Amino acid sequence: DFVRGKIRSKMLSRVLRRAAAFPTRNTMAPMLKRHMSSETAKIEFTPFKGYKLDEIPENTVEATKEECMTYFRQMALYRRFEIMADTLYKQRLIRGFCHLYDGQEAIITGLEAALSYNDSLITSYRCHAHQISRGDTPANVYAELLGRSTGCSRGKGGSMHMYMKKNNFWGGNGIVGAQVPLGAGLAFKHKYTGDGGINVTMYGDGAANQGQVFEAANMAALWKLPCVFVCENNQYGMGTSVERHAFNSDFYTRGHYIPGLWIDGMDALAVKKGFEFAKKFCTEGEGRPLFIECQTYRYHGHSMSDPGVSYRTREEVQSVRKGRDCIENMRNLIIEHGWAEADELKAIEKEIRKQIDEAVKEAKTSPELPVDQLTLDIYHNEVPKFIRMIDEQTSMKA
Amino acid sequence: SPPLPPPSPLRSNSPTPPTPHHHSHRSPHSHHPPSLSPAPFPIAPTPTGRRTTTPRERARGDPKTKKRAQEAMQQSLLVPGMAKRGKQDCGLMTSLLCTVSALALVTAGGLCLRSIQGSAQLESGLRTAAQPKMMTMRSFLQATGYNPMQAMRSPLRESRRSSGLEASAVAPELLEPVETKKDMSEPRFMWQALREAVDEEMERDPNVMIMGEDVGHYGGSYKVTTDLYKKFGDLRVLDTPICENGFTGMAVGAAMTGLRPIVEGMNMGFLLLAFNQISNNCGMLHYTSGGQYKVPIVIRGPGGVGRQLGAEHSQRLESYFQSIPGVQLVAVSTPRNAKALLKAAIRSDNPIVFFEHVLLYNLKDTVGGPDEVQSLEKAEVVKTGKDITILTYGRMRYTVMEAVKDLEARGYDPEVIDLISLKPFDLHTIKNSIAKTNKAIIVEECMLTGGIGASLSAEIHERFFDMLDHNVIRLSSQDVPTAFALELEAATIVQPEQVVSAVEKVMQATA
Repeated sequence: DFVRGKIRSKMLSRVLRRAAAFPTRNTMAPMLKRHMSSETAKIEFTPFKGYKLDEIPENTVEATKEECMTYFRQMALYRRFEIMADTLYKQRLIRGFCHLYDGQEAIITGLEAALSYNDSLITSYRCHAHQISRGDTPANVYAELLGRSTGCSRGKGGSMHMYMKKNNFWGGNGIVGAQVPLGAGLAFKHKYTGDGGINVTMYGDGAANQGQVFEAANMAALWKLPCVFVCENNQYGMGTSVERHAFNSDFYTRGHYIPGLWIDGMDALAVKKGFEFAKKFCTEGEGRPLFIECQTYRYHGHSMSDPGVSYRTREEVQSVRKGRDCIENMRNLIIEHGWAEADELKAIEKEIRKQIDEAVKEAKTSPELPVDQLTLDIYHNEVPKFIRMIDEQTSMKA
Repeated sequence: SPPLPPPSPLRSNSPTPPTPHHHSHRSPHSHHPPSLSPAPFPIAPTPTGRRTTTPRERARGDPKTKKRAQEAMQQSLLVPGMAKRGKQDCGLMTSLLCTVSALALVTAGGLCLRSIQGSAQLESGLRTAAQPKMMTMRSFLQATGYNPMQAMRSPLRESRRSSGLEASAVAPELLEPVETKKDMSEPRFMWQALREAVDEEMERDPNVMIMGEDVGHYGGSYKVTTDLYKKFGDLRVLDTPICENGFTGMAVGAAMTGLRPIVEGMNMGFLLLAFNQISNNCGMLHYTSGGQYKVPIVIRGPGGVGRQLGAEHSQRLESYFQSIPGVQLVAVSTPRNAKALLKAAIRSDNPIVFFEHVLLYNLKDTVGGPDEVQSLEKAEVVKTGKDITILTYGRMRYTVMEAVKDLEARGYDPEVIDLISLKPFDLHTIKNSIAKTNKAIIVEECMLTGGIGASLSAEIHERFFDMLDHNVIRLSSQDVPTAFALELEAATIVQPEQVVSAVEKVMQATA
């Protein structure tokens, strides 16, 4: 108890240090002028930090009402989606591994706002929101989580293996850090064909310590690949905090010879501005890579089998929820500028709730893949005529 | 009729196995100053002439240090060419030795010099013998005319330091003409056959590219990609840094988008570092994405036991990769099937792990034309027979054919099948053969535990049990790391005598 008290107080002081380091929209509210029903506003956010960059973008942006309403709606959708996935998991309809993205929605929202489907995206297993943002419907994503045939991988992939080929989304990868060399390969294709797109490779603070990240970074710098290495730093590598697993926790400096940019990942507008800069940076000249660190936080544990409180306190989680939540910030912003009333936003959230409920219902009723299609898709063009099953007697012959 | 098997690369009859391709030019660095004749006196501890006393000691004028300094100088006089300050009473013996050794050194040096710069140098060399100068490495090299700064500015080095890669994937014009295609009926080495396959496929499809360590400017460690970068540019013949996990993953990512990369592992054993990428991403992506992404990648490289390469460079990875669902394994054995199979593998939409063998690169045989491709899933019948089926692949094909000569002399008629496709097995051909002969043995280079033969033996027993008159005998390598010593290495792998005795045992048991 004594030890736990010590840890708690240490954690709390760290939380306070963290919270104090980044002034939140709420504390900045008095600084903002109140515009009554004007369509655009100048928003200021936490300044960027650069590493080996000659110039970093300004920490202000002209945000429009439409833009902010869209972001609010998207982030609320992702949030509700993940919470519903939590419920389904606890009902044992989703099994295995389920890694939830709530708290980190601003990153994917800002990223998609800045880039297009010409730019390829690859990420880790925390990929539900990315799948939706790249064009899949919530119903299909739930179907994949439930293992049904209407999912993007026909139920064979699951939570960690979601792909959307036609919109340039390459998954969804189970092994920590293995997606980073794949991302370098996607950037290589952009260079090979000269199509002007960039590749965004996302990984977490835990994966930033993988050797293959540095291998990929070396190749990207050597061959001038237009690759953005994005570290979503949610402060914890599963159960180990950043201070305990990384000697250098400034992940945007880990590129060494590759320039880096730090973004406040709890602010969708900041993320958008940062990625607009990244797009311009990476497509300049022959192309060049960039490291980005988005500082963020996840409210759930690492996955559904991790309660998320054994290595951090509930107070810490609550304080981030109250002070730095991306949806709350956007809500306050919209209300401040008179773009919508609080009840309007609540109505939007209610609508999203209904939308998600319907998606779940649709997914629950969608059919599973029949067993005789187990061996489908092992090879392209179905090479082997015989796949041996558990024993000779029950083997199937094509 | 099946082509005659090329001469077997075994032991003393064989041509020298290929060593990894090294540049054979002689650089000035390879000239070492000729060794000095052994002196009857102990050579100075610091033959470079460095003083053994510190400045403080010398300044202090300590008699002990003075004595030590004197001794050192005395002894260093024995090493010719070392400059001495101040006069010393050398003594006749030492000075004589000095001159003689100096002469010897300079004459030997002069002989080398003469080959570069003519006899005038020799005379000046002799002139310097009278006053032995401090000879440093730098002065020696300068005397031979080697300028390190100039060497560093060589054109090859310049091109490597150029700004990144060529922007376009295909080089706009030939940098230098690549050798013209030889007549198809002319036999060529296996490495040439593989090179032709890569060349033809890269010409045919601009999406094909090859990447690996030293495939570009160096020409490939087994010469398979010699000069291809001149034709296709640095982007399509990509020199990677030494990061197998990284660049195999990169190749998989590129393959997912529609490129067709060929990954060359310098040695198959290095691909263990890329096992995660090969197994999880390469093999399983098509399945976990529900068929959205195919991975048309070819991972090729030499494996198998070579000639005293050591344990880590003599690995047989087919046994590790055979369990990965979603990859196909192919093992080549002749130049003809190497070229045809590599072309088929490049054109295939599935990930192929393509096993070559270190000792087979210098086999010579005729090859097929640009349109000859061979099925990746069919086995090759090397020799038809009726007595017993011998199943083998890779280099063991030659071990078996060597044994077959002996067996034929003893009156047996074995049927030899080269598996080619290690995953999936061509059970159709195998079944037809066993139906004819009713007996089978497997000769492989994999280890006994968990090798290709283990899986194949289980398959044959399960499926064709009723056709068999005898259990399948499996001849594999010992479950030991491959020793360096020649005899031990030969003892770990299957030799022709073992094949002969195994066949005899089976034939006599079922007679």
